[in-house]
Amino acid sequence: MKFLQNIIHSIKPHFEKGGRFEKLYPAFEALETFLFVPGETTAHGVHIRDAMDLKRTMMTVIIALVPTMLFGMWNVGYQHYLAYGMEATLMENFMFGFWKVLPIIVVSYAAGLGVEFIFSVLRGHPVSEGYLVTGLLIPLTLPVTCPLWMVALAAIFCTLLGKEIFGGTGMNFMNPALLARAFLFFAFPAYMSGDIWTDLSPEAGHAIVDGFSGATNLVTFDVNFHNLPSVGDMFWGFEQGSIGETSAAACLIGALILIITGVGSWQIIVASVLGVLGMGLVLQGLAPADMPNHAMHTPAYYHLLMGGFAFGAVFMATDPVSAAQTERGKWIYGVLIGAFTVILRVYNPAYPEAVMLSILLMNVFAPLIDHMVVEQHIKKRLKRA
Amino acid sequence: MSVESTSAPAVQEKKKEALFSKKNVRTLRDPLDDNNPITVQVLGICSALAVTVQVKPALIMAAGVIFVTAFSNLITSMLRNSIPNRVRIIVQLIIVATLVTIVDQVLKAYMFDVSKKLSVFVGLIITNCIVMGRLEAFALAQKPWPSFLDGVGNGLGYGIILVVVAIFRELFGAGTLLGFHVIPQWAYDHGYVNNGLMVLPPAALFVIGMYIWVQRSWNKKLVNVS
Repeated sequence: MKFLQNIIHSIKPHFEKGGRFEKLYPAFEALETFLFVPGETTAHGVHIRDAMDLKRTMMTVIIALVPTMLFGMWNVGYQHYLAYGMEATLMENFMFGFWKVLPIIVVSYAAGLGVEFIFSVLRGHPVSEGYLVTGLLIPLTLPVTCPLWMVALAAIFCTLLGKEIFGGTGMNFMNPALLARAFLFFAFPAYMSGDIWTDLSPEAGHAIVDGFSGATNLVTFDVNFHNLPSVGDMFWGFEQGSIGETSAAACLIGALILIITGVGSWQIIVASVLGVLGMGLVLQGLAPADMPNHAMHTPAYYHLLMGGFAFGAVFMATDPVSAAQTERGKWIYGVLIGAFTVILRVYNPAYPEAVMLSILLMNVFAPLIDHMVVEQHIKKRLKRA
Repeated sequence: MSVESTSAPAVQEKKKEALFSKKNVRTLRDPLDDNNPITVQVLGICSALAVTVQVKPALIMAAGVIFVTAFSNLITSMLRNSIPNRVRIIVQLIIVATLVTIVDQVLKAYMFDVSKKLSVFVGLIITNCIVMGRLEAFALAQKPWPSFLDGVGNGLGYGIILVVVAIFRELFGAGTLLGFHVIPQWAYDHGYVNNGLMVLPPAALFVIGMYIWVQRSWNKKLVNVS
């Protein structure tokens, strides 16, 4: 640590006013504050100083994402060897997935942070920490077979059009990571849906097992929900899907970390779960009795375990920038996300990844919800006066 | 007996304005950049989304709009002293509708396939805000020649954006320009894929948005105009 500190101190004069690399100061500043607590104090006025600044908040989310990431890596290997009918140990599964997922994560960070650095140097504002989380969220929402240049393109797109164009971190009205996924989903549908969820790079001496199907649960349940894997498999995540989304259990660990540290809003998570259960029960009640395999018959709690709902509700919907801000607004926002997710899944099989679309939709509506809540509150107070 | 007049003539004859005086050139040039109907006035967005999937329909649509804005401005300006103020909108509509019908029939006669592609959007030039906006704001109060130039300028300003957006959308959405393959086959062999989003209407909004962004950071006159 002392060694790093010495390096930082020795190169600092070059980046300060009058130094050789004065223009690159934002880049240097980002690196310095990432490694050490800066030694500056506030000069004027009273400010609330807390250890919980933006960098620590973002690091907390990253720690919460680690279980899903590790499980995702393992699952990539597990699905791969399962498709070839090969026995593999826990470590083999994990290492296979690790080498497949790592490049995606590296590319996502490199492309997105590249854009962020360019903009902070051009505009002279410090590099913000917002991309730390986005850069990890993007790979976790993608299938493992996604080509790397598409990952880079999506990362650039979401940083540029999702964030920088509105003024950088904290100004975006939509979740940038979901925007990246939505961009890929509509731009390259062949690479984001269909039989692409398992890495099928050839294994010498093995052929793909009979009965291998590339369909995810969200496609299966639309045809006949009885064909879904067992509830246990869906809960632990032994299924195909995007890298980080399969395991509801890993997302639950992440949710606990976020709620205990106070980084994520528990109201939003609980409300979206309630929304899914409520809408699921309504659809079950309305389901046609003469078609026992119809998607509407799917038990409501299945929707919590299938697809990306757990991941989206925990890590995407709770994004403090794009979610609703008022207490009552958070409940409305969460419930509507859950309800829309179920409706889209059941009635629109063309867009199976309904969580993404419903969170993006509610991101757009969040300011309106907040406005209504505040207006209603004012009206109530006026009546009492 | 001759009386020599010493006084100057009471009314000095006004100097005739040159055909391309500074003012007229500005009328023609302003809508191309500083006062672009799409990116600055934000008019005519609807058709900009609809007809910009390929370059060829965009070019033809642009030509149609230039024709309509130019001649409707000219005709309205010529009639401006005899149009009763109360029914002026209806008179303008008749002029525009006549011109649009001419464009529509010409397209149907000579370029049927393109006419099919543009379908309803040729007819909808009538409702294009740019046309009516220029009639109301310019032609009703100006002489025929400046009005004509203003119409050409606004049509061109609209057309430039249309073609730029169409170039981006056709290049990245289909890999072609005007129907010719531009992106080489080896790129596809190495994993390049056409971007399906560019074919969808939202892509036009993205491209127009980026254009506005770039334009406003270049053009100092547009800083803080909203």
